[in-house]
Amino acid sequence: MTNHWIDIKNANCVLIMGSNCAEHHPVSMKWVLRAKDNGAKLIHVDPKFSRTSARCDVHVPLRSGSDIAFLGGMINYILENKLYQEEYVKNYTNASVVVGADYAFNDGIFSGYNAETRTYDKKAWARSKDKDGMLVTDPEWKNPRCVINLLKQHYSRYTLKNVCDVTGVPEKTILEVYNDFCATGKPDKAGTIMYALGWTQHTNGVQIIRTSAIIQLLLGNIGVAGGGINALRGEPNVQGSTDHAILYDSLPGYLPMLRAQWQTLDEYLKGCTPSKEMPNSVNWKSHNPEYMVSLLKGWFGDSATAENDFGYSWLPKLEPRGNTSYYSVIDRAYKDQMRGGFVFGVNPCQSFPNTHKVRASLDHLDWMVCGEVHNSETSDNWHRPGVDPTKIKTEVFLLPSAHRIEKEGTISNSGRWLQWFDKAVEPAGQARDFGHMLVPLMNKIRELYKNEKGVLPEPVLNIVWPKDFVAEEWTKRINGQFWKDVTIDGKTYHRGQQVPKFANLAKDGSTSSLNWIYCGSYTEEGGNKSKYRDKSQTPAQAKLGLYPKWSWCWPVNRRVLYNRASVDANGKPWNPNLPVIEWDGSKWKDGYDVIDGGGAPIGVKEKGRLPFIMCADGLGHLFGPGREDGPFPEHYEPVETPLKSHPFSKQLSSPVYLTFHSDLDKLAAPGDPKYPIVLTTYSMTEHWCGGGETRNTPNLLEAEPQLYVEMSEELAAIKGIKNGDGVIVESIRGKVEAIAMVTVRIRPFTIMGKTVHLIGMPFAFGWLTPNCGDSTNRLTTGVYDPNTTIQEDKACMVDVYKAAKLTEIA
Amino acid sequence: MPKSFLIDTSRCTACRGCQMACKDWHNLPAIETKQTGTHQNPPDLNPCNYKIVRFREHKTEDGGVIWNFFPDQCRHCMAPICKDVADKVVPGAIIHDEKTGAVLFTEKCKELSPEDAQAVIEACPYNIPRREESSGMLSKCDMCIDRVTEGLLPMCVKSCPTGTMLFGERSEILAEAKRRLEKLKKTFPKAYLADPRDVNVIYLLAEEKEFYYEYASFM
Repeated sequence: MTNHWIDIKNANCVLIMGSNCAEHHPVSMKWVLRAKDNGAKLIHVDPKFSRTSARCDVHVPLRSGSDIAFLGGMINYILENKLYQEEYVKNYTNASVVVGADYAFNDGIFSGYNAETRTYDKKAWARSKDKDGMLVTDPEWKNPRCVINLLKQHYSRYTLKNVCDVTGVPEKTILEVYNDFCATGKPDKAGTIMYALGWTQHTNGVQIIRTSAIIQLLLGNIGVAGGGINALRGEPNVQGSTDHAILYDSLPGYLPMLRAQWQTLDEYLKGCTPSKEMPNSVNWKSHNPEYMVSLLKGWFGDSATAENDFGYSWLPKLEPRGNTSYYSVIDRAYKDQMRGGFVFGVNPCQSFPNTHKVRASLDHLDWMVCGEVHNSETSDNWHRPGVDPTKIKTEVFLLPSAHRIEKEGTISNSGRWLQWFDKAVEPAGQARDFGHMLVPLMNKIRELYKNEKGVLPEPVLNIVWPKDFVAEEWTKRINGQFWKDVTIDGKTYHRGQQVPKFANLAKDGSTSSLNWIYCGSYTEEGGNKSKYRDKSQTPAQAKLGLYPKWSWCWPVNRRVLYNRASVDANGKPWNPNLPVIEWDGSKWKDGYDVIDGGGAPIGVKEKGRLPFIMCADGLGHLFGPGREDGPFPEHYEPVETPLKSHPFSKQLSSPVYLTFHSDLDKLAAPGDPKYPIVLTTYSMTEHWCGGGETRNTPNLLEAEPQLYVEMSEELAAIKGIKNGDGVIVESIRGKVEAIAMVTVRIRPFTIMGKTVHLIGMPFAFGWLTPNCGDSTNRLTTGVYDPNTTIQEDKACMVDVYKAAKLTEIA
Repeated sequence: MPKSFLIDTSRCTACRGCQMACKDWHNLPAIETKQTGTHQNPPDLNPCNYKIVRFREHKTEDGGVIWNFFPDQCRHCMAPICKDVADKVVPGAIIHDEKTGAVLFTEKCKELSPEDAQAVIEACPYNIPRREESSGMLSKCDMCIDRVTEGLLPMCVKSCPTGTMLFGERSEILAEAKRRLEKLKKTFPKAYLADPRDVNVIYLLAEEKEFYYEYASFM
């Protein structure tokens, strides 16, 4: 989230799209309904009318996979009707930046495309720079190559008719939503966007979110109270685990992953430390060297010295375009390129797409370790229905895991709040939390290395590693510590003491931090701030719903990111009724939020600084040349689609989506008449993700006992299916049994003049719970976003028919 | 003056936190259910579920959809008919706690014959009581009387994240109910409070009862 949960109440319009928050984040509705109480309009854009839609003013059913068409139409509508917040756009976005001569867009393909490798060379999208490396701009917007004009040109194809044809939403409804949300383009109004996996799980998921960023920048909704782009994280600590680099392509604090082209620390730092691109930009990433050296120091302590590159050479490096995501791991297992592995906190045989391949791939492993609260479809894959356990070679170790309430430590919520949780009860039986599994495991490995001298022993033996796991010790190390005595502003910190803030992290090896964005969370002066539970606030903060002394928030306890954009060039709040920060003419006033970055408002001569401090140019990116699939979001069909063409371009699906190739990676051709129905998948309030935990909670299973498929009355009539009938849903990859739920909440779409039916299924039910059904993901496609390798769970093509008999459900 | 609940269905998201919390607090075992083409499960109140959320959907004239949620429970009537019926055969089987207004089924309900128990069930204008065959016990919401007498909120109210459910002094709850009704009428002109003079569990409904549940209100 750029903002935080409570701040949703400050919105004048709430656009919920790609999220079913009432069902998946039930408590969020407390704040959504507060916004409604304050007069906000609530809009839910989603294929299915859900419990979220029930509480919104407007529900807009759109065909799954057509989000960029819908949002691209809104960009076009904003530009055509000049509904953007002009001063904000001119001052704070890259609207005026001139794009280089190599950039082009031709019928669905951007310049720089290599059809053989299915990749873009992003250099083709470079922006023009002057001799000092500063961006060339045209504040008058006369140059046809400046971003705002390219934006207009790009989205001019996103006419109401085209949007209506592709999304299936009637023009009148489209206009109603555009009008309501774009009304927040007024300086003193704010609109928020809440999204979740309904946006991310597409082959163009990142670009859907980019589209929303463009809209929010045009409307001046980033940095303000009640605005922002708010990702509703799917698990209590998804934010924290992402911050701490659970994803393969980043290091803690979103430092870039070590790559093979950077063999030395110097090469790495040169490669990933951007230079300033505007004279008045803060370019915060220029501090990456301090953060990276402090990270290495956090890992290797006294063994990390300037002479040995702080241990950089001991670390593995990923190939330049190397991918070690979940799905490449599954593919490698299937192709016998690995022998074993650990599975923690995920149930791949249930939750990963194209599950038949996942289940088969694990059969290729010699050994597998699962850490789980309950047996799962993964831990028990070796005796799944239809296989002979005596033929499966995998030796499986199941480590009983502590439940969340059986362990202490911090979690970071969607609003980036770091909150300490106490242990409520001792873990049952021999169950342990992950720390108490991993710390002794590593100590055993270290002992073996010491005694038996393994290959490349340095990272294993030099790592700073405790004898026992103590959660709060890690909270301290994550903040960071001094490794020699250092005096700051007259105060001397001794070796071993806590670093007060990330501005004090150094690249000379004098400091460590396991995650720079958390530096400041555990200090000598303030102690463990994740334990703060003080509700006191200033009157201005009370109005905002901002509690600065309740927990701690990264970065530096700033509750609204990019809040420098909430004021005009002179530091006056766009919305004087809800100021997030305010400049008094000589300094930022106290009693508001923590100011984003240093410096004055941009109108102050010499001292003025641009608000988007994490971008080298300090500007919000309407033109975003950093993604793998283009600088402007473009509508592409899901890889499996009912359409053979669409009106936006000749390019049907993303030219750069990722996939793998094997006998089990089957895809239906576009418009395949055997699979004419769109399937979208989701979860529900009563079960969590793959259901591994909640199916073992009897009262939750009582409330949602078995797999169902929601379908329209119209489709049910065509198929001769009655409510409650057992049905088979079939894709080119397999069949799944479900109970038909025939409902007015799903309706047929009219897409390019033809009726397209959509059905929806949860993915929470698996064979290990008797008679409840088995993984819906046996139907879904193994195709992925090129930026994140997130799977396209939200749209694939199937058929549905009445079952003669059921074997998975009883 | 007794205690009252307000159940403002215009804020309910059917998260079923109340249904779960009720079961948990009363240590009621899970029963085996089936998917039959609805999210409403268990399908009805039963001796193991004193509170269930009912789901009902319909199309509107302008082509839209309305999905109503009704967290169903005992209304704790001001003049409980169930008690009148039970008193005739087993005095003390059903009691009416003056301090809280709670209508409570006691162990003495087991002394009711199956026919008399059926008469109690049929007397209820809201179709609430259920009988456990083996023990003969009648069951329903007990207002979390153990919690309320200790100054705690009923578990369903405590678990509600959206402000659908409130619990407090009857006069205050009635005033809040009227305030919310007036506001809701601006978007749902047919909105009304279900039998507010007769019950201590006051529902705010946005449209006619048949769009929620036949027994959603008596009048």
